[in-house]
Amino acid sequence: MPRRRYKSSIIERRKEVLTGLENLGVRIYEQLDRGYFPSIEMPSRSTENIYYDPQVRQFILGDKRVRRSARNIRHIRPFTQLVWTAFFSHELASQRKTSTLRDVYYSAQAYEMSFKDQQESNNIITDLETVLGSSREDFNIFPEERSAIFGDLTIEYTVPDYEGRTLNLTSHPDGVMIGPALTSSEFVKTTADKVIAIEKGGLFTRFIEENVHKKFNAILVLTAGQAPRATRHFVRRLNRELNLPVYIFTDGDPWGMHIAMVMISGSANAAHLRELATPDAKWSGVWATDIVNYKLPTDPLDEVDVKRLYELQKDPRYKDPLWQREIKMFLKIRRKAEQEAFSRYGLTYIVDKYLPAKLEETK
Amino acid sequence: MVQTTFEEISAADFFYRNRDIAGFTNPSRAIFAAVRELVENSLDAAESLKMPPDIYVRLSFEGEAGKESQIYRLRVEDNGIGVPPRHIPSAFGQVLFGSKYKLKQQRGTFGLGGKMAILYGQITTHQPACIISSTGASKAYMYKLMIDIQRNRPLILDRKVRINKEQWRGTIVEFCLEGDYFRAMPKILEYFKQTAMVNPYANLTFVDPKGRLYKFTSVTKEMPDPPKETLPHPYGVDVELLQRLIQVTPYKNMLEFLRHHFHRVGEITARKFLEFSNISPSKNPKKLSHGEIVRLMRMLKRFREFLPPDAGCLSPVGEELLRVGILKELKPEFVAVHQRKPSTYAGHPFIIEVGIAYGGEIPKKGSFLIYRFANRIPLLYDEASDVSVKVINSMNWRRYKVTPDMPIAVSVHICSTKVPYKTVGKEFIADRPEVKREVANGLREVARRLQRFLTRREHVDRERKRLGIFSKYLPKIAQFSAQLAGKEKQPDIKKLLRSVEKFAA
Ligand SMILES: Nc1ncnc2c1ncn2[C@@H]1O[C@H](COP(=O)(O)OP(=O)(O)OP(=O)(O)O)[C@@H](O)[C@H]1O
Ligand SMILES: [Mg+2]
Repeated sequence: MPRRRYKSSIIERRKEVLTGLENLGVRIYEQLDRGYFPSIEMPSRSTENIYYDPQVRQFILGDKRVRRSARNIRHIRPFTQLVWTAFFSHELASQRKTSTLRDVYYSAQAYEMSFKDQQESNNIITDLETVLGSSREDFNIFPEERSAIFGDLTIEYTVPDYEGRTLNLTSHPDGVMIGPALTSSEFVKTTADKVIAIEKGGLFTRFIEENVHKKFNAILVLTAGQAPRATRHFVRRLNRELNLPVYIFTDGDPWGMHIAMVMISGSANAAHLRELATPDAKWSGVWATDIVNYKLPTDPLDEVDVKRLYELQKDPRYKDPLWQREIKMFLKIRRKAEQEAFSRYGLTYIVDKYLPAKLEETK
Repeated sequence: MVQTTFEEISAADFFYRNRDIAGFTNPSRAIFAAVRELVENSLDAAESLKMPPDIYVRLSFEGEAGKESQIYRLRVEDNGIGVPPRHIPSAFGQVLFGSKYKLKQQRGTFGLGGKMAILYGQITTHQPACIISSTGASKAYMYKLMIDIQRNRPLILDRKVRINKEQWRGTIVEFCLEGDYFRAMPKILEYFKQTAMVNPYANLTFVDPKGRLYKFTSVTKEMPDPPKETLPHPYGVDVELLQRLIQVTPYKNMLEFLRHHFHRVGEITARKFLEFSNISPSKNPKKLSHGEIVRLMRMLKRFREFLPPDAGCLSPVGEELLRVGILKELKPEFVAVHQRKPSTYAGHPFIIEVGIAYGGEIPKKGSFLIYRFANRIPLLYDEASDVSVKVINSMNWRRYKVTPDMPIAVSVHICSTKVPYKTVGKEFIADRPEVKREVANGLREVARRLQRFLTRREHVDRERKRLGIFSKYLPKIAQFSAQLAGKEKQPDIKKLLRSVEKFAA
């Protein structure tokens, strides 16, 4: 009986990334060896080169390209940092070790390759992503923030020492952290037929306690605010590899709405990357119309909330009628509500009444 | 009834009562002023012979005086011209007696300085001063004297003559005075340092009351040409002076009168002037009426074709010596000096010399160090009132890429047959527009040179930094790309580094 039921992308991707890094090294080496100042070209990430592509349903970079040359006194430092970062990522990926953004910043010092600050090293990592077209998680660099997952999904580790071991994601009642080991694992089997992503930790825990995973046959994902890229990529895999529909529940305000949108359509910051967005995912609530229909306890919108809503209204990702309608409604009622607001109808109301209704509505 | 009594006081009495105006304000100021006046007399005495001055100054502790002051013995020895014996008592015992009342650039001008020091010593310690001097002839003379303040006459207490076999020439002045050396110490040391700066050919030795020895050694044998006595310049005359000249002149016509009594007036200029002012060349000056004299004075001031006073009567430090002096005492990284052409204020010739020094051992203070000199004397008090300081403060230094936080020392020297001091304390220069303009023009010139230096250095720095960046990063790029590409051998980057260097040159 074949253990792996699902088409895997992990091994493939790792190989691609390693060759990509090596090729970069060869390109630079050869330029130097022929007595030229090495240079690298990559798509420009400046705002005027970021477009929303309705086909791909995410932000993408346009045709504008920038050249980094070691000939240029202002480029040579970031150029060197880029080469070092590529070298370091290759070490990580080939030894199958992981590192956080912070680690990278400190590791550089061991090579006398100091970065001015964390921001500078983060920027160089983004450059490397742009050059290679793959995200930093692919070369084993992870941000600090972690989100969590819970539900009947069995995964198989590919990280050293755990290779081949499996884990069922219901095995810990707090959920399992979505870290490097998990995101690089293969999917073995699942009985779930949907994914429910939740913005806040409190509600995630409530859902587990209330057996939402069983009652709704769902894998629960805690985004913990704006979802980290690893989580977005993982949710996309759940959607693509396991064919599971994804439903997102956030607070009923422009910020919650945007958490859902970034998972669905990606962010401008990651326009140089693909495979982070889940275009088919649904924002299931809390909507402005829910606030009205369910008579939720609310707070008034702040000035920044309103300003944000006007911004989103013009954002190409929000052009769908549903989003436009909800933005208008927020602006009309001038109120917002948190997910916890349902507690006014009792602790289980959200699970018993609201959740099934909304899952149905956004199917 | 109030009775008003009238009395006459002597010059000595006047300065005794008003010693503040000569700089003898308090025990700390007084000890500074005493050292300064005697050192300046010694410098004058040596320079008038074109001898590099060799001056020895010693202050020794004699006893406590008050809460804040002590009694010190001051001794100053020099290798100067010496004082002829018959003048010794008056030169050191009679206020407003001196040899420097001529139109000639000298440090001394009032016939007062040395006596004020001795007078101050006398009134605070009631002891006589001792003067030993020889002009290098076969005898040396020693006088012990006090000043009769009410009569402004020297009181000779003792007189000795000794055979001067070794042909020693110079003067030794020694007396006791009350003072506060420890308060005055920074100013006194600063005074020596700055004196060494504008007199780099002088040897100065100072032994302080603690027995500490400070030596300022000459770094050159070169000396400025000694100043010459000069005639008054036509722009500087007043009615009083004209009348005095007319009284003494042996010349019987205006043409000869002008030619012989005025500086830079020759036959041609005199004729032109007489035509301009409509005065007959053959007119006898003694026949001029008071009205005509007043008119003559006005016309002299109005005539534009008199040449400016000749630098020959002035003795500036000179650009080379000023540079040497600044380098010796301030040890800067860069110095620019500039001597302005001679100019006049109210008919008195003067020359402004300026120097700007940058970096090296000059401290950063948040404002420039300012050194002011007049006839090669440092001016240390009342800086804020000085014309140079006003000019420096009103200049737009940013135009020259200069900011106050840079380590910069500005030196301004004015030399003149009559330095426009505001007070007899000789501490600061008055705000004469002509002087102001010359100082400003001089400073602009050296500021431009400093700017050129700074720009060049900035350029060199930038290139050096650029090269440093390339030679720091290129090897790393080579190393990491080789490892990344899995190559054993690193690419050769020597050629690239060389190309950057070539570009930099
Ligand atoms: N060390 C000396 N060597 C030779 N002559 C001296 C010396 N000290 C003083 N004299 C003579 O004594 C005179 C008086 O000196 P004093 O310092 O009182 O006045 P001054 O130097 O003429 O003017 P000022 O008041 O500006 O100092 C001088 O003009 C000079 O002729
Ligand atoms: Mg004097």
